[in-house]
Amino acid sequence: MTETGVFSKLQMDALQEIGNIGLGHAATSLAQMLDHKIGLGVPHADFISFERAIELIGGYEELVSCVSLKLHGDIKGLVFYIFNETSTYRLADMLMGLEEGTTVQLDDMVTSTINEIGNILTGAFVTAISDFTQLQIGTSVPVFAFDMLAAVFTSLVLSSSNPDENSILAIETQLFRDDKKVSGHFFLLSEPNSIAKLFQALGI
Amino acid sequence: MQVAKNINDIHVGIGEYKIAGKHHRLVTLGLGSCVGVSLWDPLVRVGGLLHIMLPNSKDFSRINKPEKYADLGIPLVIRDLLKHGAVQSRILAKLVGGAQMFTGAGANQLFNIGERNIQMSRQILKDMSIKIAGEDVGGNKGRTMYLDIDTGEVMIRTIGQSIKVI
Repeated sequence: MTETGVFSKLQMDALQEIGNIGLGHAATSLAQMLDHKIGLGVPHADFISFERAIELIGGYEELVSCVSLKLHGDIKGLVFYIFNETSTYRLADMLMGLEEGTTVQLDDMVTSTINEIGNILTGAFVTAISDFTQLQIGTSVPVFAFDMLAAVFTSLVLSSSNPDENSILAIETQLFRDDKKVSGHFFLLSEPNSIAKLFQALGI
Repeated sequence: MQVAKNINDIHVGIGEYKIAGKHHRLVTLGLGSCVGVSLWDPLVRVGGLLHIMLPNSKDFSRINKPEKYADLGIPLVIRDLLKHGAVQSRILAKLVGGAQMFTGAGANQLFNIGERNIQMSRQILKDMSIKIAGEDVGGNKGRTMYLDIDTGEVMIRTIGQSIKVI
């Protein structure tokens, strides 16, 4: 099912490692915010088609939350985090210090909490890549959606500077607090030029 | 209200179109800024459903899938319907989707693809003298769209709202 295309095994391994480093930083930021240890699943990185990405997260009509930031500087593109409905509510409970199961719907408070988490996770991720590669990467203010997965996903991809691209770098992530799992999917949508710069910076 | 599962449902993928005859429903899931265009001949009872992603193919140098674009996709479906016995002057169109899904301080930087998809679809239909019989467009909710070939009815499902029929 993978569509790695022109990328070698070494390059994919490097992207996976970047995912590891980025996610490690993201988890540390979240742990500081919660003042609680945050566990981390080993991320899995892959270049996949849009249809495959939707299937990976869930169904086309599944209710998800999504936080997205635009990248500018040496790397141009979009990064976004998608959490399913359960993970969205669980994250909100964790962050607001509520008993699990308290949050059952989205209100302004939950929206702003998820926005903040997405912002922190994505920001930490981008900073880690930037530090590691010495590339200048800036981020925009985040945008947010909570709706059908396919609607959210396609709208985001189409608003990128490369709406005609057909595949995307997906990094599947899992965060744990104690035994409570929050699954998220992190995506990087970039242009071939930027990916080439990334590899160049890594010396491969 | 739930939309009953129907064994005669035919799924239309993102950036694709399908044609169907009597006793079938065409379905496309999760339209966000994308626009679903249903085209239906009430006499022959043949119809098509197109899932448009982008307004204008002329914005791109390399076209790999013409049905992704409003300007190429709509004429493609109409030509296919004519081959299946439809008559152009009888075809009725319905438009669904074209929402702005994202909110937040940065939302204005997402140029409004949804709105442009709607405008371009209307323009192409007008150029081809196809009547628009119904619309459920804009707003900020994702939509799933069904076209019932027997009745020409279009059903729209959104999260947290009841089914709408146009």
